[in-house]
Amino acid sequence: MFGLQNPTKFLKFAKLVGPWFALATVLLIGSGLWIGLFASPADYQQGETVRIMYVHVPSAWMGMFAYTVMAVASAIALVWKHPVADHVAKGSAPLGAGFTLICLVTGALWGKPMWGAWWVWDARLTSMLILFFLYLGYMALSGAFDNAERGAKASAILAVVGWVNVPIIKFSVDWWNTLHQPASVTKAGMPSIDPAMLIPLLLMGVGFTTFYATLLLWRVRSEILQTRIRNIRLAQIHGEG
Amino acid sequence: MTPRKKRRLMLLLVGLLFLGGGAALVLTAFQDNIVFFYSPTDLATKQVRADQRLRIGGLVEEGSVVKEGKTVRFKVTDTAKSTDVVFTGLLPDLFREGQGVVAEGHYANGVFTATDVLAKHDEKYMPPEVADALKKSGQWRDPATQGKETGK
Repeated sequence: MFGLQNPTKFLKFAKLVGPWFALATVLLIGSGLWIGLFASPADYQQGETVRIMYVHVPSAWMGMFAYTVMAVASAIALVWKHPVADHVAKGSAPLGAGFTLICLVTGALWGKPMWGAWWVWDARLTSMLILFFLYLGYMALSGAFDNAERGAKASAILAVVGWVNVPIIKFSVDWWNTLHQPASVTKAGMPSIDPAMLIPLLLMGVGFTTFYATLLLWRVRSEILQTRIRNIRLAQIHGEG
Repeated sequence: MTPRKKRRLMLLLVGLLFLGGGAALVLTAFQDNIVFFYSPTDLATKQVRADQRLRIGGLVEEGSVVKEGKTVRFKVTDTAKSTDVVFTGLLPDLFREGQGVVAEGHYANGVFTATDVLAKHDEKYMPPEVADALKKSGQWRDPATQGKETGK
């Protein structure tokens, strides 16, 4: 894929675009937070509590997006055996788990004043919790093998299989009746959210994406370098023996 | 693509196909257990035991809320049928007539005795001024009537 499966080319690419993603992140999340917290109106029903949405919704998007990246990278690693794809999948997991956790916690903080409950076992909330457990399971499994290659293969299969949960999360609010409200931004026709609130939400959404990209590039870069150091050490040991 | 890669790709795709099909079957089979609440219409068509704990959801019918001390009586409607609900306790902030609500409790003799009431929020977000302007210009669509239009 654009030659990026080659670790050397990937390192070059990461070094080139990484700082730009970081800069975009600072600008987007900075402006998104400022507009969301100070320069946007309160909601007609929820009042000021609506501002939780500007963190909750983008982190939910990123929780699902990071899992999708992980699943696609795992599929590529399984079929084509590109080492960089393994690194991408492995690097994506803790980031996605972090976003999912932020989504669950901010959702609970919103749920208590609005619904009257921190947590309910409806289809949307439960499938999101399963996503969090899938991340934890992936990380545990990939680290559970002495042979790193076998660990990568087993966890790649888990990542691909677990992806079935992502469309379930997305469409849970349409397929079943849930306490969680249906989609506002990606529904057919106009988004049912006022432009004054949609702008900070989208700024935060794009900002979270570049934030994820920045951290992912960083993690993959350090994974590649770590592998190289290990190989050099091994070569030295064998050379001495 | 080498034959080995092709074989691995095919294996992966066939595996995913089966997995997706299996998941769809399981979710369809458990449809009744995955829904978070029943609508008043569901309640009328289903046989429920008096000791069965369940949730009903819908909109709080306009003008149906009667408060007697700490006890509240109201009707939950899905615009086709409505159910009488009795609840003793604190209601959530978003509880109001015409708004979505989910009540948990027991159903017996045509009355739903709730032990918990949760407010359901819809997917509309707007500043109060916009909501007022929409109401004034007559473009406001009440959730109770909107349900009929979208056929939900």
